[in-house]
Order: sequence, then structure tokens, then C-alpha cells
Amino acid sequence: MADGAAVGVAGADASVTTEAAASHARERKAPLTERAIEAFLWSCGVLSLFTTAGIVVSLAYESWLFFRTVPLSAFLFDTEWTPLFADKHFGIWPLLAGTFLTSLIAVVVALPAGILAAIYLSEFADPRMRRVLKPALELLAGVPTIVYGYFALVLVTPLLQSFVPGLSGFNALAPGICMGIMIIPMISSLSEDAIFAVPNSLREGAYALGAGRLATILRVVLPAAMSGIAAALILAVSRAVGETMIVAIAAGQQPRLTLDPRVPLETMTAYIVQVSMGDTPADTLEYRTIFAVAATLFVLTFAMNLVSHRLSRRFRVAAH
Amino acid sequence: MLTSTRRRLLYERLFVWLCASAVVIPLLILALLVGNVAIAGAGRIDWAFLTGYPSRRAANAGILPALVGSFAMIAITGIFALPIGVGAAIYLEEYGARRRLAGIIEVNIANLAGVPSIIYGMLGLGVFVRLLGLGRSLIAGGATMALLVLPVVIVSAREALRTVPYGMREACFGLGATKWQSIRQVVLPMAAPGILTGTILAVARAIGETAPLVVIGALAYVTFLPTSPTSQFTALPIQIFNWVSRPQEAFVVNAAAGIVVLLATMFVLNLAAILLRNRLQKRVH
Repeated sequence: MADGAAVGVAGADASVTTEAAASHARERKAPLTERAIEAFLWSCGVLSLFTTAGIVVSLAYESWLFFRTVPLSAFLFDTEWTPLFADKHFGIWPLLAGTFLTSLIAVVVALPAGILAAIYLSEFADPRMRRVLKPALELLAGVPTIVYGYFALVLVTPLLQSFVPGLSGFNALAPGICMGIMIIPMISSLSEDAIFAVPNSLREGAYALGAGRLATILRVVLPAAMSGIAAALILAVSRAVGETMIVAIAAGQQPRLTLDPRVPLETMTAYIVQVSMGDTPADTLEYRTIFAVAATLFVLTFAMNLVSHRLSRRFRVAAH
Repeated sequence: MLTSTRRRLLYERLFVWLCASAVVIPLLILALLVGNVAIAGAGRIDWAFLTGYPSRRAANAGILPALVGSFAMIAITGIFALPIGVGAAIYLEEYGARRRLAGIIEVNIANLAGVPSIIYGMLGLGVFVRLLGLGRSLIAGGATMALLVLPVVIVSAREALRTVPYGMREACFGLGATKWQSIRQVVLPMAAPGILTGTILAVARAIGETAPLVVIGALAYVTFLPTSPTSQFTALPIQIFNWVSRPQEAFVVNAAAGIVVLLATMFVLNLAAILLRNRLQKRVH
């Protein structure tokens, strides 16, 4: 409290006692330093708007230059992606397919594990257990993605090759599985919030009707938490779609329109890495392809994040 | 023959075990993988590795430029992200209540937190590297990372500010303090442990980020130490990426050793953040 006593009475009004009066006084005749500081704080806040604007403008500008040469129809309807070859094709579908497949594998791993983990943490684990397990689970998302990339390429792929016939050294399966492990905490922590937000009266109602714990969880609690779980799922998919290093290391660099998880392919993010690692000069068409791909990636993930926020707000409102 | 009640209890018990295994099995897998990489890499770590420069021969290669580059970069990240993040948090928490702009900023920050890190790399490439002409420098990398971690810093700083009871501010006003005086002399010191912890955790995460650095063009083969913020640089994850991408077994061992150093660094930073919080909290309360 020494700090509080040290506050001087140098302010404009020594007699103000409430925040309303203080802000009223500030509006009337705030000292210059106060106004300068408020302007600085304001600009810190507004910087985030400039960040978003910067992302949109820089992606849009280079993409616009790209689409002046390559028609949008070729981007959307061609089925080959070979901008670095002599015979150039600019169809985004092979990259989209690669992104879709690796993300799908990740979700197949993470969704059941995430929901079951959320049920365990919110319904079964005693508080002491929960205090240990919850941060431990968060560790899965804290490991750098470059490390998961190493796991996928050096450890998981050779292991899978011993029982998946025809699995190539680069493939969608191993990075997909590693990505899945990484996004488990994302699904479990949002799902846990949603399950926690289900009013206890619903559980008590189910017990009163003679339902057991299992039936209560599966038939009452989970359906009631569905919008929150959906929000978690969409957020996790968005993270998987934007995930870069795991797929760049372990999925290969061959754009391929396939849903076969055993062969090398390329995701949108891995393509951006491939071009960035090379020596493609700026202001060429090849260089601009990464902006068109990044714009596609940004629009996709942004749309998913928006839907997820809407859904999670709905369950938060419903819970109150 | 089981009665229906006993069968139900059996199913319930099985279900609890299933749920528990969904927590434990992924953790075991992670432990197994990390243990494996530690065994593969630990033997390669010695003084020569930590203080050596990259080499075309795996056995001679070291990580000193990458290590120095990573630390210099996150220092720059912290220098940008801490004041700006805390400033934005103060604006939103203390000044912005019920203002429309604050609401817009809040939604915007939530959206930025979901933008893939590689997109921040594109932003850094477009704005810092090319538009501002900073080139593939430390400061371009640090500034890009600062934008990337800002949403996290802002959210944790806001949480820390919210833990300061409102009565403390009112007491300040009662003593005649202006709004900024109350924030600077009472609210910020009380919130400092939370703010610092959150910032260190966010910056510790940035040290493992690879994708934005690849895009802005941090080099993989750097045989010098950065001398100024405008030096070209490499970073630990970039060096690991380079090594793991090579077919020779010896370089993959180097990658494993690099991963051990990276994970150890992150662990130490996280530990430091927690110890710092505990220490400062005792002093303030």
C-alpha cells in the first residue's frame, strides 16, 4: 500500500472520488501528459487493426498481380499445380487436396481423443488429478511444430512402414497423426469448457429419470455441449490447415490430386515453404504464386475461425 | 450371467478407463517421442557443438550462430511486444470500456490469434523485409515475431490487469490521483508478475516458431554471429529444419541434438517465468 500513499495530489482535481468524476474531469481539462499517454495507449490498441489490414493488403496486392496474368478460372478449375516447371499449371486443387487429407487425418486422431479427454477431465477426474493432467495435456500443444516434424519423418514414418504396405518415406499419414496429437489439447480444452457449461440441473434431471452416469453423459451432457464441441472442432481444423512445419518436413513436396495417405503430396503451407527456401527472385510470377496460395489459406482459416467464434459465443450465452 | 445393473456398472467403469486413456496415451506417446529424440541427440551435445559454426561435415557442425540468433531475435521480440502489448491491454481494460473502437479491437485480436503463423511470415516479408527495406535481418524477424505473439501478450496482460481489485483504483482517485497515476503507481506494479509471466511464456513460444522465419528468409547457413539488429541471421529451428531435411544420418543426429537444445531452452524459459511470478507475487501481496 506504500505505492498508493505515494501517489501525489498533483492531479487536476484533488477532490475526485469516483471513476466517473475522474473521467469527466479528464475530458474537461486533462493534463497534457495524461492525454499523450492515452494517445500512446490508443495507438497500441489500434496497431492490431493495422496488423490485420497489413495482412489483407499485402496478400491482396500480390495476389491481384498474380491474377492479372493467371485467370481465376485456371486457379480454380485446373487440376494440376506446376508453377515451378516449364509447363506451368496453376490449379490450386492438388494443394487443397493435400491440405484436406493431412487435416482430415489429424482430426480423425484428435476429435475422439479430445472429446474423451474433456469428458474425463470435467466429469471423472478428481480436482487434484485434474490440476496435474490439464497442464500436462497442454504440453502437447506447446511442443514446437518443427519437433513434431522430426517425429513424423524420423520416428513415426519408419514405425508405420513396418505395418502399412506401400507407405512412402514422405506421406500424409505420419504428419497427419502427429498434427492430430498436437491439436488434442485444443479440442479438449474448448470441449471441456462446453461440457462444464452444461447446467447441473440437466444432469440431475437425467439421474432423476433413472439414467446412469454413462447414459447421462452420452445422451444428455454431450448433446447439450454440442455447439461448443463443434466450435472446438472447427478451430482445430483451422489450426491443422494452417500448420506448416510438420507437413513441410514429412509430407513431401509433390503437389498431387489424391486422397491416398501413403504417397508424398504437398499442402498449401508446404508449398509456401518450398518456394521460400528456394531462390525464386521477387516480382516474378513464381514468387507471386505464394501470395495467391497464402490468400487462399487466409480466407479459409479466417472463415473457420469466425464460425468457431460464433458457435462458442452461442454456448457461452446459453450457459448463463 | 450379469444382471443389468452390474452390466451397466461394468460399462461405466470401462468408459471411465477409455476417457482416462485418452488423456494418458497421447502423453505417453509424447514422452516416448521426446525420450527417443533425447537419446538420439544427447550424445552429440558437447561444448564444440554449442560453440561451433555450421559445417558441410556433420561431425564438425555447431549451433552457435543459431543459438545467438534465436536469443537476439526473441530479445527484439520482447522489446517490441511487451510495451505495445501492455499498452494495448491497458487501453482495452482501463480506458476502452464501452467504447465501440475497443469492441472492434477485441474481436480483431481474437481473429488475429487464429491466423496461421506462416501468414505472419508473409506479412513480415511484405512489410518489414521489402516495404521498409529491413532485408532478411534480425530486426525484421523480431518484429514479425512480435506481431505474432502480440495477441497472446495482450490477452495475458488483460487477465493480469483484471486481477487488480477495482477498489485499489478508487482509493487512488480518492487520494487525488489522475487515471494514469493510479495505473502507473498502483495497478501496473500489482499486475506486473502476471504480465511478465505471460510475456515470457509468449516469447518462449516464439523461440520454437519456424514457419514465419522460413518465409521472411532467415538463412540456414550462417558462419558469422549477428553484430547488429540489421545483420542477417539464422535461428535454432531453422538450423534444425535444415539438418532434418538432409538425407545423411549424421545430420539427422545433429537435428536431434538441436531439438534437445531447443526444448531445454524453452523449458528453462518457462521455469523462469513461473519462478519469477512466484517471487514477485510474494513481494507485492
